[in-house]
Amino acid sequence: MTNFRSPSRRTLLRGGLAGIVATGVSPLIFSKGAWAQEFCNNPTGDSVTLGFNMPLTGAYADEGADQQRALELAVQHLNGEGDGGLIPTFSSKTLKGNGILGKKVAFVTGDDQTKADAGRDSARRMIERDGAIMICGASSSAVAVAEQALCQEMGVIYMAGLTHSNDTTGKDKKRYGFRHFFNAYQSGVALGPVLGKQYGTDRVAYHLTSDYTWGWTQEESMRKATEALGWKTITPVRTPVGAGDFSQYLTPVLNSGADVLILNHYGFDGVNSLTQAVQFGMKDKEVNGKKFEIVLPLVSDLMAKGAGTAIQDVYGTGNWDWQLTDDASKAFTKSFGAKYGQPPSQIAHTSYVQALLYADAVERAGTFYPPEVIKALEDFDFDGMGNGPTTYRGADHQCFKQVYVVKGKEKPANPFDLLEVVDTASKDSVTYDPAIFGGELGPYDPAMCA
Amino acid sequence: MDAILAQLLNGLDKGGAYALIALGLTLVFGTLGVVNFAHGALFMLGAFCAVTFRELITLETVTTDPTQLSPWGTPLEIRTPLAQTWFGEWGGFLIDYSVPLSILLAIPVMLLIGIAMERGIIRFFYKRSHAEQILVTYGLAIVLQEVVKAIFGPNPISQPMPPALAGAADVGSWIGLGANVVTYPWWRLVYFLFSLGVMGGVFALLRFTTFGMVVRAGMADRETVGLLGVNIGRRFTIMFGLAAVVAGLAGVMYTPLVPPNYHLGMDFLVLSFVVVVVGGMGSLPGAVAAGFLLGILQSFASMNEVKTIIPGIDQIIVYATAVVILLVRPRGLMGRRGMMES
Repeated sequence: MTNFRSPSRRTLLRGGLAGIVATGVSPLIFSKGAWAQEFCNNPTGDSVTLGFNMPLTGAYADEGADQQRALELAVQHLNGEGDGGLIPTFSSKTLKGNGILGKKVAFVTGDDQTKADAGRDSARRMIERDGAIMICGASSSAVAVAEQALCQEMGVIYMAGLTHSNDTTGKDKKRYGFRHFFNAYQSGVALGPVLGKQYGTDRVAYHLTSDYTWGWTQEESMRKATEALGWKTITPVRTPVGAGDFSQYLTPVLNSGADVLILNHYGFDGVNSLTQAVQFGMKDKEVNGKKFEIVLPLVSDLMAKGAGTAIQDVYGTGNWDWQLTDDASKAFTKSFGAKYGQPPSQIAHTSYVQALLYADAVERAGTFYPPEVIKALEDFDFDGMGNGPTTYRGADHQCFKQVYVVKGKEKPANPFDLLEVVDTASKDSVTYDPAIFGGELGPYDPAMCA
Repeated sequence: MDAILAQLLNGLDKGGAYALIALGLTLVFGTLGVVNFAHGALFMLGAFCAVTFRELITLETVTTDPTQLSPWGTPLEIRTPLAQTWFGEWGGFLIDYSVPLSILLAIPVMLLIGIAMERGIIRFFYKRSHAEQILVTYGLAIVLQEVVKAIFGPNPISQPMPPALAGAADVGSWIGLGANVVTYPWWRLVYFLFSLGVMGGVFALLRFTTFGMVVRAGMADRETVGLLGVNIGRRFTIMFGLAAVVAGLAGVMYTPLVPPNYHLGMDFLVLSFVVVVVGGMGSLPGAVAAGFLLGILQSFASMNEVKTIIPGIDQIIVYATAVVILLVRPRGLMGRRGMMES
């Protein structure tokens, strides 16, 4: 017969503690250490490399140049140089100007040429050759969708720049992709009521649409918004990206019976089609007893500058404007203006914010391990970035915040005073059910740069 | 009717550009027998003559006004163009009319570039195959566009048209269709008339001058003209320079329509070759006729009524026409009998 001695309370506590350590906590500790080996481009030295991939050539090259300026400024601020920009106004207080997790931030840049395949190649090069742990960039939705898919495949987080297609966080959304910029659906929701108020409910619209993912969703969203007002739509016309001369597409507008021209164009395409439409006398025309109007649903300061006087009185929407008067917008404009001698555009703002949001998520996660960084970004509520209270929705990685309706200024006070904010759509009004655009985010599991 | 007229005007204006570029291309082929893939680059260089001219006359002095602050807190910069400082109101006129005035710069510059290109590179390839000519001239085009990219950057640079020509002309009222029924941009009408003028000038030079007569004789039978003691080589070099000027002028006047960038020439290169092939290799009237024909076809193919029947036709109409012409009449619309028909 074997005698079992009943264990003392101290033995039980000691044994239980050992058991907890052995079975519960220790795997977490080990796995946290193991992350170091199990994700793409884990930074092991005293610096971390971010990849900035922008259109430095092609139809959206102006946007790309401003994007690069903003991202370089973000790196400076993350490393504690300059005035800190938006770091002091950001509601999350984890960023201290000492890099990310104490590692100095370095960066590499690439030119996506405003082309999806070139963008993918450039992003891949930055991941494989330069060891970039995060890719930020794109001014075209086709490029953003392609790069986002690549980043999902390779296990690298993608912080999109200017991408406005519903597809980016809709049918093409990815677990590793995040978009701060607003989308075409939100443009329609914000712009529709303003157009109804300004131009009435009895209008005939003619769409010229860039023939790729962004143009299609922008056209669809604007059709929904304007047809809900009672407007009629003439069969939209698709135009190639980078067409340059739009005259052959503009000429049929004149005799189509339309009294509103909606230009679903961006970048140089938007500048060219708008200025050429004005050259055709469309702003001075009367059709159906009403003044002919031109709408540019997505507009930026850079486009306004390129279009000159043609932008006057033209309505559109924007993600942000440098003339907003909140503390964060003023701080960013001051910081950017002091460095570059010009105000930041909306793409500069969104790219800068994306870089800071990534750095903050890493700090809050306490690791560069992508799944933890993703979880830190998902459903993250923040403020102090120039857009009011904002949520990074976990269900589709789309940021929800207010959307601005802007108009080309008639009498600019200075060469940069080109757009004015005439209305603001609230965060609630532009929030929608993520199910309407479909898509699957995909897994958290990190790929190994494969 | 009004829609057709508007589309026809658009076709003529597009066709003017195509015909001007193709005219230079076919001049070089007809005289020197060279397939010049750098011809599009000459169009681009012409456009950048306009850019250079404007940059020169808009050079500014920058002063700061400490009593006014920029939105980011630095003293406001005040920029004054030197042309206005020096010439007062005339300076403003020079800036407003920089595009047409830059023709004065483009003519000598393009003539020199053309002659230098012919003497420096092209003449060594006269007796080589067309494939080798294409390779070397295409390489030259890439070099030229990279040079322009290095100097002016990759982005398009807007060139405003003169304010007096910035609006639209009421073409409909000119022919009794009523006011504002058919309007068309003034500058595009100017471009069309300008292209007609340049083409007329080239034809007149070839038709009514001794120089032109010798060149035409050389195009028909170079050897015989040479045996008569005429230095036909020198005249052909001048013709190469003239072709460069024609392409350059087309580029200068095109800048207010589409802001030029370094890639502008490549955008037109393939199209202009199609025009030359459709018109007939080496045929000057053929190049002009094909330029206008393809411009008009492209314009009408962009109409909604046409695109509804054949989606995407606007993108392929030029090439589809070329395929049909080459199948039915390989020498092109006005090509010499036997050319490309063997």
